[in-house]
Amino acid sequence: MYTLTIDQNTYICKSDETVLDALLRENINLSFACKKGTCHSCMVRSANVRPPKAAQSGLKNTQIKQNYFLACQCYPEQDMHLKLPDQSEFYRMGRVITNKLLNRNTILLVVAFEDAFEFNAGQFVNLQRSDGLTRSYSTANIPEQSNTLEFHIRRLPGGVFSSWLHDEVNMGDSIAVSEARGHCFYIPERHEQGILLVGTGTGLAPLAGILTDALANGHTGPIHLFHGSRELEDLYRIDEMRQLAEQHQNFHYTPCLSGSHIPEGFAAGRVNEIALSGIPDLKGWRVFLCGHPDMVNQMKKQAFLKGAAIADIYADAFLISTH
Amino acid sequence: MSATLYERIGGEPAVDAAVNIFYRKVLNDHRINRFFDNTDMDKQLAKQKAFFTMAFGGPNNYTGQDMRNAHANLVKTGLNEDHFNAVMEHLGATLTELNVPGDLIAEAAAIAESTRNDVLGK
Repeated sequence: MYTLTIDQNTYICKSDETVLDALLRENINLSFACKKGTCHSCMVRSANVRPPKAAQSGLKNTQIKQNYFLACQCYPEQDMHLKLPDQSEFYRMGRVITNKLLNRNTILLVVAFEDAFEFNAGQFVNLQRSDGLTRSYSTANIPEQSNTLEFHIRRLPGGVFSSWLHDEVNMGDSIAVSEARGHCFYIPERHEQGILLVGTGTGLAPLAGILTDALANGHTGPIHLFHGSRELEDLYRIDEMRQLAEQHQNFHYTPCLSGSHIPEGFAAGRVNEIALSGIPDLKGWRVFLCGHPDMVNQMKKQAFLKGAAIADIYADAFLISTH
Repeated sequence: MSATLYERIGGEPAVDAAVNIFYRKVLNDHRINRFFDNTDMDKQLAKQKAFFTMAFGGPNNYTGQDMRNAHANLVKTGLNEDHFNAVMEHLGATLTELNVPGDLIAEAAAIAESTRNDVLGK
C-alpha cells in the first residue's frame, strides 16, 4: 500500500490497485478509455520518482525521460507525487534581458532567471502577461549556466500577445514563464543516427535548440536542417547556420524559399519537398518538424512513408491564435 | 494455460512493428488510402494499434456495436467488401514480412475476419 500525492492531497493506492483505479475510486477526474495501456488516454507524470517500467511501455523516449506513465498500467512500487494533465501550472518570474529584431517581423527575446530553469532544448513554455493572457512559445537555446531562455517571436497580423512582446516589453521587464513542456527534443543516444530538422518561420527556434544540443552531445550522424519561408526577409540566422555547417562536417544547412525571388545559395520550393528530395531514404532517421501546421502534418506522413519509424518522428505544430 | 496469440506473436513490440509496416502499405494503396488519410496521423496510428491488438487477440474492449459505430461514417462514404479485403491482404502481408509463422497469421486473420459484418454495417 502506497500513497499518491496530487497537489496537497494524498490518496491511498491499495496493493492490488493501479494508479488509475485508485484515483477513480477517490473520484479524481482523470480521462481514460481502454484501461489496457493501448490508448494512452490516462497518461500522467510522476513528479518525484521513476515510474515502474511496465507503466511506460509504448511511450516515446522523450516521454519516458520526463517520467510520464500510464496510470492504468501502474502498480506503484513506492509513494508517488503525481501531476495530472490538466493541473494548474506553476509560473516563475523572469526578467527580459534582450529584445531585438532578428528580421523584419521576428524578435529574439531572452529571459533570465535567478536560478536554473529546467528544460530540454526544443520544449515550449507558456508566457503570461499580468492580465492573464497566455501564449505558448518554443525555447531556442540549450540549458546552460546562464539560466536564460531564448525565444524567437514573430509578429502575427492582429496578434495581441506578439504585438505586446514586440512593442511594449522592454529590457528589465518581468514576465511569468510556465514549466517547460512538450516531447519534441533531443535525447543523447544512437549518436550515429541521421537527424532531419525541417521548419518554417520561427519553427527554427526549437530546431536550433535541438541542433545545438545534438552537436554539444557529440552526435556523429548526419544532421540536415531545412529552414523555409516565402521570402528571404522572413528567414533569419542564415550566416550563423552557414558558419555552423562549416565548423561541423556532419551538419548541413539548406535555407529554402517558396516565393518567386531566389538569390544564389538558396533552394527554391517548399521546404518539406526540398528536404524529401534531398534525402533518399529516412529509414532509421530521427525527424523533427516545427512550424506551419499544414507543413508539419504533411511532412509527418511523408517522412513516415519514406521510412522513418513512428516513434522517431517528433513534431510541434504552431497553434495560431490572434485573440 | 497456454500463451495467448497476442503473447505468442510478441505482444506490444510486435504490435508497434506491425503498425509501422501496415500503415505504410495502407497509405500507399490507392484503393483504400482515402479511408485512412486523416490529417491527424497520431490519432490514426492509435486506431491502427488498437486494430492490431484486437487482431492478435490481445487486450481490448471493443464490442461489435463499437465496430459498427466507428465505421458507420465510412460505410456512408462507400466502404465495401473490396476495401475490407484489401485491408485483410495488407494484414497478411505485414505479418508475413515480420516472419510470423503461418498458423499464427491464420489465427489473426480469422479474428479480423470476424469483424467484417460489423465493420461493413451488415
